[in-house]
Amino acid sequence: MIQYKTIALIITTGILAVLPQFLNPYWVDVLNNIGIYAILGLSLNIIVGHTGLFNLGHASFFAVGAYTAAILNTQYEIPVLWLIPVCGLSAGLFALIVARPIIHLRGDYLCIVTIGVNEIVRIALINNVFGLTGGSNGIFGIDRPNVFGMTLRTPMEFYYLILAFGAVTIFLFRQLEYSRFGRALNYLREDETAAQGSGINTAHYKLAAFVVGAVWAGMVGNIYAAKMTIISPESFTFWESVIIFVIVILGGSGSIPGVILGAVLVVGLPELFRDLANARMLVFGAAMVGMMIFRTQGLLPQRPRKYTLPQGRRNGEGGE
Amino acid sequence: MKLLSVSRLTKSFGGLTAVNSVSFDVQPDTVVGLIGPNGAGKTTVFNLITGIYRADQGEILFKDQSIVNFPTHRIISQGIARTFQTIRLFQNLSALENVLAGCHSQMKSGVLGSLFHTPRQRREEKMALEEAMEALAFVGLDSNALQMARNLSYGKQRLLEIARALATKPSLIILDEPAGGMNEHETWQLVALIGKMKERGITVLLIEHDMSLVMRVCENIVVLEYGSKIAEGPPQEIKTDPRVIQAYLGVEEDD
Ligand SMILES: Nc1ncnc2c1ncn2[C@@H]1O[C@H](COP(=O)(O)OP(=O)(O)O)[C@@H](O)[C@H]1O
Ligand SMILES: [Mg+2]
Repeated sequence: MIQYKTIALIITTGILAVLPQFLNPYWVDVLNNIGIYAILGLSLNIIVGHTGLFNLGHASFFAVGAYTAAILNTQYEIPVLWLIPVCGLSAGLFALIVARPIIHLRGDYLCIVTIGVNEIVRIALINNVFGLTGGSNGIFGIDRPNVFGMTLRTPMEFYYLILAFGAVTIFLFRQLEYSRFGRALNYLREDETAAQGSGINTAHYKLAAFVVGAVWAGMVGNIYAAKMTIISPESFTFWESVIIFVIVILGGSGSIPGVILGAVLVVGLPELFRDLANARMLVFGAAMVGMMIFRTQGLLPQRPRKYTLPQGRRNGEGGE
Repeated sequence: MKLLSVSRLTKSFGGLTAVNSVSFDVQPDTVVGLIGPNGAGKTTVFNLITGIYRADQGEILFKDQSIVNFPTHRIISQGIARTFQTIRLFQNLSALENVLAGCHSQMKSGVLGSLFHTPRQRREEKMALEEAMEALAFVGLDSNALQMARNLSYGKQRLLEIARALATKPSLIILDEPAGGMNEHETWQLVALIGKMKERGITVLLIEHDMSLVMRVCENIVVLEYGSKIAEGPPQEIKTDPRVIQAYLGVEEDD
């Protein structure tokens, strides 16, 4: 079992490493978009999938990260990739401030407020808040990122940056799943009262889930800004939030492979069937309706965590 | 010295006073029963003690400190654990992970430790796994560790809830109808388990409908009716108390 998994991992890594060598820049760019949405999906998955909090405003955290990168880079000429932690922190701080007063709201109300937050952010950006965001034109002239003395320009160069960031994300989020923190989020999703009754500070973990998800979305915002060199409010609409949300729900709430599959389907498939691009919304809608009827847990649902029981207590290992 | 002291505890829902100025004490190392007809307010008392409901009035002292209206997780970490009348397990998670939820308050790892699996986090995780298995073994469920909670029999689910509560390392455990839905054999096991908890120095406060069980295991009994305490004392006294008999038989006042 372990053997088989290791081999699968090596093969996947190998394929992903050489894939862009066989594709034209257009398709490499499609892969880059899939990668960015996959990481955004994984960050939203912490909030929606693991904790069960419906957040339809995730693009606002993405926006805070992207604008932090753009403003600090264009105004102070700080190399854009150095700003990754700053973008994460600013988005996390933003999440802390907006989520704190609303975190106790029941599911559906919370969801509506997150939509509102997303709109407020978008409109604030359009209105050029603090004279820093450039209004509806956005900010342009963001520097190309530099990695070990090499300036990234082509889609292929960005591909490897996104791949690396994605790999780190998957690794860390998997560790998070297998931890006190990750379990606490799941307890809270399963039964909030029982979680409290077991000694878990549910309000704290709801907020923490928002902050962790936002920090990651903020860091992706940085990479997005670096890749585009120009950002504007259009990229951070409610619709973006919906797409990220659909990726999580369609792929599989709480499941890393599920969310990645979700990103491939939601972002990649429309590229394959360009002729049907206009029918994209129709297909999504139908797919979502089908999901809600036949497979509510998503295409690749969350799998039970595996534990190696302490010595002498090995009965029933690996069972469900 | 009292472990838990409830005084003049009151809670209303709309016009209904579910708990009306109830006072009682729980001495350490005892088993105390809270009994009364359906709707008497027993579960509400438990929910008030564990902070699930906010009290309208009254005081709750645990180890001489006020815990009234504290958030539930703080009450749990001070050493009170509970089970629910309607089983509230994490049904889609394994028995082991259900018990690990109880271990949560005994652990410290935060988000960074959890992301990076620091050496401290790994040590703590290993310890928690052992503690959880120990709690499962204590209630006799160690061989079911990796089964989903929802696939366990009703009786086992009740035991699993107790294991989860024990994993919080409580000095007082409160059980809401622990024998509900158990067969005779399981009820016997439960009685033995309550004895074992007592041996461990855990004080037990329980709600139970099975009178023979209550009379067998409890040293002190508190009786509620319509939200008010109508009697308190050792089982022998309670058995013969005319008000208790009246409450249970539903005899009219003017009889
Ligand atoms: N959350 C609630 N909202 C409204 N009424 C409640 C609530 N919880 C309990 N009650 C009412 O309080 C009374 C006592 O209920 P409960 O404490 O569950 O009784 P018991 O556990 O003794 O059977 C009942 O009349 C019940 O309907
Ligand atoms: Mg009850």
